[in-house]
Amino acid sequence: MSLRIVVTVKYVPDATGDRHFAEDLTVDRDDVDGLLSELDEYAVEQALQIADEADDAEITVLTVGPEDAKDALRKALSMGADKAVHVEDDDLHGTDIVGTSLVLAKAIEKAGFDLVVCGMASTDGTAGVVPALLAERLGVPQVTLLSEVSVEDGVVKGRRDGDTASEQVEASLPAVVSVTDQSGEARYPSFKGIMAAKKKPVESWDLSDLGLEADEVGLAGAWTVVDAAAERPARSAGTIVKDEGEGGKQLAEFLAGQKFI
Amino acid sequence: MAEVLVYVDHVDGAVRKPTLELLTLARRLGEPVALALGAGAADTAAALAEHGATRVLTHDAAEYADYLVVPKVDALQAAYEAVSPAAVLVPSSAEGKEIAARLAVRVGSGVITDATDLQAGEQGPVATQSAFAASFTTTSRVAKGTPVITVKPNSAPVESAPAAGTVEALAVSFSEQATGTKVTARTPRASTGRPDLTEAAIVVSGGRGVNGAENFGIIEALADSLGAAVGASRAAVDAGWYPHSNQVGQTGKSVSPQLYIANGISGAIQHRAGMQTSKTIVAVNKDAEAPIFDLVDYGVVGDLFDVVPQLTEEVNTRKG
Ligand SMILES: Cc1cc2nc3c(=O)[nH]c(=O)nc-3n(C[C@H](O)[C@H](O)[C@H](O)COP(=O)(O)OP(=O)(O)OC[C@H]3O[C@@H](n4cnc5c(N)ncnc54)[C@H](O)[C@@H]3O)c2cc1C
Ligand SMILES: Cc1cc2nc3c(=O)[nH]c(=O)nc-3n(C[C@H](O)[C@H](O)[C@H](O)COP(=O)(O)OP(=O)(O)OC[C@H]3O[C@@H](n4cnc5c(N)ncnc54)[C@H](O)[C@@H]3O)c2cc1C
Repeated sequence: MSLRIVVTVKYVPDATGDRHFAEDLTVDRDDVDGLLSELDEYAVEQALQIADEADDAEITVLTVGPEDAKDALRKALSMGADKAVHVEDDDLHGTDIVGTSLVLAKAIEKAGFDLVVCGMASTDGTAGVVPALLAERLGVPQVTLLSEVSVEDGVVKGRRDGDTASEQVEASLPAVVSVTDQSGEARYPSFKGIMAAKKKPVESWDLSDLGLEADEVGLAGAWTVVDAAAERPARSAGTIVKDEGEGGKQLAEFLAGQKFI
Repeated sequence: MAEVLVYVDHVDGAVRKPTLELLTLARRLGEPVALALGAGAADTAAALAEHGATRVLTHDAAEYADYLVVPKVDALQAAYEAVSPAAVLVPSSAEGKEIAARLAVRVGSGVITDATDLQAGEQGPVATQSAFAASFTTTSRVAKGTPVITVKPNSAPVESAPAAGTVEALAVSFSEQATGTKVTARTPRASTGRPDLTEAAIVVSGGRGVNGAENFGIIEALADSLGAAVGASRAAVDAGWYPHSNQVGQTGKSVSPQLYIANGISGAIQHRAGMQTSKTIVAVNKDAEAPIFDLVDYGVVGDLFDVVPQLTEEVNTRKG
């Protein structure tokens, strides 16, 4: 029996670019290049490894985002995923966490799944809660924040490293998994992979395909409101000294002056 | 006065500092009612009362330790229904955020994660968040339902504000999903005797420039002289020189201490995401062009193997 894996991947502004907010206080996507959230590359990688171990598996990558978000899907396809779903609708602009999880959950149900694999967090919103919300909405176990993951005989197992302990966890499929950047480096797409990706199917769904109304999502439907966004004032230039044998002592002097010693 | 539900993070009854900070914030919004779950839950009451909890709801069951997250969501929902709070506050740990978000969806509320401050506002609590590796500060609110907000460590002072802290047993019935994810083994993190990274007033970190696990002793010695926690960059963690639980940055811990000392760390955006809000920032780096120097209050351009031991010795001497 085929293992149906859905990997959720987010298209985000490049963290090394000059990220800022647009006038409506949503993320400005026009001024900064977008890319597949680097933390979702780890999700794609683990899905590929799980699929390799399975007799028969199919990986669908899923994104909710604007037109350009197709780039994120192409990258995931060139890494080796089989097909892609793009949920795209003008009314999605400004969707919050609760709304995003609703749209993703509907799309995952429509695609059909045994296993959902997510990143640990996006690199823009960085909430790190969408995977748990997908489990809540889909009514399946959450097996999140794994630094190690495997699937065998319909059971997903993994290691979750928490603040106070490291835990081994397991659940029966269907389930939602999220993986951390400790799970193993993501592969680079090969030339062959990039060429093959061009031929792989990318389906586009809009809100009506998912049975959702415009007022359930987007800025208008958001259950949270951003009232203001201000750039953090640049730190005033600090004192920089060159070590000429006394650097440690000079630093101690500074720390003493600040009452840290 | 409205009640505000505070989810308690504790280890066998010892309340962790971020929860005490939450009680300070909760008092700005109403009367704090605390929820403590699992082994030692009732032992939290004295500390919670001392910091303003009027009531302490407790419940212990094997499920909290044996299964992931959902039993705690069930309990928080039971408390939510019993209290009908004006807001729900949860510490922003990885688990805390998952619990909060799941509750929010269940009760039909918006959720705000990783707030760094909280004030009462005309339309409900106003949360401050920092965005894009702390280069922006935003204020936001929950517009639907009862605000569910997770708050980062070091977001408020811990204040004594004695209140009744009456202990009440909470009735919880677990959902069908509660036993979905079994915890089959647990290895507690060995204590180093140093302060907790996210709670420490001073953090001393080492990066790729430390050049080897054996050299982290230099970083630890400086940390110990200052009573500080030890942090590491991802490069140092990936090289296996220091445990991942000490990583500072986007995918590690985010810290906001009074003093952050970066040694042999270049200051990549993902590292900055976890330390940029530190009050005073100091760096030792042999490259005068390293981006970390854009952030510092005081920087030494030099070899850490010279500068750090000299600093440690000086600190120890001054302490007498
Ligand atoms: C700085 C900032 C702060 C924000 N704060 C809040 C807030 O407090 N409350 C709120 O309701 N909204 C908030 N938002 C909006 C929120 O980020 C978006 O709604 C987002 O789509 C979902 O949250 P996340 O990106 O943080 O995802 P995370 O929960 O961090 O993402 C985890 C994983 O979920 C999957 N995923 C997430 N989004 C998508 C997607 N669009 N397509 C495919 N897979 C996806 C990926 O696998 C990802 O790795 C914030 C946005 C920004 C930029
Ligand atoms: C999705 C994602 C998430 C990430 N998350 C994190 C994270 O959470 N935390 C994190 O730290 N990084 C994270 N990174 C990695 C980040 O981009 C950097 O690669 C990393 O922070 C570099 O670590 P470093 O500064 O120690 O090493 P380098 O960038 O190699 O810098 C080493 C510095 O040490 C200096 N140096 C060398 N020798 C000496 C000496 N003897 N004395 C003094 N100075 C010396 C050098 O001049 C240099 O500036 C993430 C990356 C990605 C893509």
